[in-house]
Amino acid sequence: MLDWAHLISPMSVQAEIQKLLKGRPKQFIYMDHAATTPMDPRVKEAIDPYFVQDFGNPGGFYELGRIAKEALDDARSRVAGHLGCTPNEIIFTGSGTESDNMAIFGIAKKYESKGKHIIISAIEHHAVEYPARQLRKEGFEVSILGVDRHGKVSVNELKETLREDTILVSIMMANNEIGTFQPIAEIGEALKNHQAYFHTDACQAAGTVDIKVDTLGVDLLTLNGSKIYGPKGVGILYLRKGVRIKPLIYGGGQERGLRGGTENVPYIVGFAKALDLANENREEAVKRLTELRDYMTNELLKRIPKSMLNGHPTDRLPNSVNVTVLDIEGEAFTLFLNELGIYASTGSACTSLSLDPSHVILATGLPYECAHGSMRFTLGRNTTKEQIDYVLEVVPKIVEILRRISPLNLDEDLVKDEGKGKLKYI
Amino acid sequence: MGNSGSDVAGPKGMSWMYTEQVKEHFFNPRNLLENTGDIDESQFNGYGQVGSPACGDMMKLWIKVEDDRIVDCKWQTFGCASAIASTSMMSVMVSENEGMLTEEAMKLTPTDIMERLGGLPNRKIHCSVLGDKALMKAINDFYRRSGQIDRMKVESSKVIDPETNVTDMDIQEAVLEGATDLETLQAKLKVAIGNPEIIPEVEKLLHFYVSKYYGDE
Repeated sequence: MLDWAHLISPMSVQAEIQKLLKGRPKQFIYMDHAATTPMDPRVKEAIDPYFVQDFGNPGGFYELGRIAKEALDDARSRVAGHLGCTPNEIIFTGSGTESDNMAIFGIAKKYESKGKHIIISAIEHHAVEYPARQLRKEGFEVSILGVDRHGKVSVNELKETLREDTILVSIMMANNEIGTFQPIAEIGEALKNHQAYFHTDACQAAGTVDIKVDTLGVDLLTLNGSKIYGPKGVGILYLRKGVRIKPLIYGGGQERGLRGGTENVPYIVGFAKALDLANENREEAVKRLTELRDYMTNELLKRIPKSMLNGHPTDRLPNSVNVTVLDIEGEAFTLFLNELGIYASTGSACTSLSLDPSHVILATGLPYECAHGSMRFTLGRNTTKEQIDYVLEVVPKIVEILRRISPLNLDEDLVKDEGKGKLKYI
Repeated sequence: MGNSGSDVAGPKGMSWMYTEQVKEHFFNPRNLLENTGDIDESQFNGYGQVGSPACGDMMKLWIKVEDDRIVDCKWQTFGCASAIASTSMMSVMVSENEGMLTEEAMKLTPTDIMERLGGLPNRKIHCSVLGDKALMKAINDFYRRSGQIDRMKVESSKVIDPETNVTDMDIQEAVLEGATDLETLQAKLKVAIGNPEIIPEVEKLLHFYVSKYYGDE
């Protein structure tokens, strides 16, 4: 057990808080890019003409419609280029969540005569998990693949879980909370000669890695605009030729009858532009972010006692820093950061609508305390080393303050155990 | 309820901006007994502890009672801003002026604490309930230590599900922790799984506590 007494300055907690908060120029340090991103000004410029000037309905017969249709077709073929597929295989939707819902419900309802077994990982986004849960209520069987301490699924375990009646496997490409990449190409290979269709939610991974669908071996893939400095309220579902789905939204026959509704031309144009920008200079961007990420992670772990990294140390998103700090609670921590103009998020129960802590952190075998004390910083295009240094300066002070308020002094060794964590100290 | 700069009790408790009072007690907590390893417990004659780290909320409360008045009240809290602010405000309420008589303090309710805080988001109401429980435990502990067993107040609870021993208090707590429908409640407590005939009574309690704490939907 650490002896804190000699480390504590003689100032009262209140005085320490005042010292931390007063007299600092107001910052704006946004480190929650996994939640959403600001729109790139070049994207904003690209979409502007389509609101008032070239506002036509792409289905219209006349010139105004034709102009809109051309923009739509052009956006579609550019997106297809990035995925290495044909334009016909791209469906524009209203969000990543909608694309996920289309994929899960769409495949299940179309192919249920071939089987009613679905496999997902334990750390999928709710946009995949909840449709799967709903299908379970409707009579489908859902198997959930566990993950290891770093958050990775095992391809062997997947192979063992596959059944003759499996029709869908959905595994996200990179996890939004802990950043870990999944072995998508390996999974695609393993499913090659199986009837099951393979879907991946790649929203967090776009702009980081190559997402050529043939390399990945996927039949369906989800992307959205809000994670790539594009507009919110737009996404895509890649649907491999020959794969069918039952639509969710019926209407005017748009998107080959698979998703009704007048096309959101400005946002679709914006999405394509955002994807272009994300892939332009991608390697350089990844290198820059990776360096910043590793610097920030190493310094945080060094400066804060009883802290640890969540997720895989290297095979993770280049911008993702997710650490657990024992003895303190994430929402309180986030509020302090917020007061200083720093934006990050936490896996604590207190911030979720359901009052459940991060299922991702728990799935990696860590005890609840680790979810409650987890902090996620996701860096972005505008993140600088100066911003990181500012955060590194204040975070240890916040931790010290909250630790003085907290009655806890948890044993760090308990979370180092590789097993599925059951905290033994009580 | 509701004060400048925030909308704390929005429909279905979705919004959760904090009031100025909550922020004040979070960034300027009163009566904190700092966690420095060595605590001189001899100055206090009542102690109460609630919650656990696994839950994400834990409070330790020390009170000093003289002539049946709470003259000092110190605490430590592991939890969110609502939890910290609730404990701080509660400690002020019981010890301000000359301090509350123990019987008065026993009658303090979570609603009293929330009112002084200008309101808490619906999802955070359980933080004030926890603070209230810690206080009750501390006062009971004082009564026990000072030989006033007859004054101790135990929260009586009624067993609803004889198979699992789930009580009405358990259901109340589960509702405060966010279970607002039968499915979530059953997932949390495993109540009425083996004996579905008690479901109507469970649902009655569920709806009672939901409308008590979250208002009519």
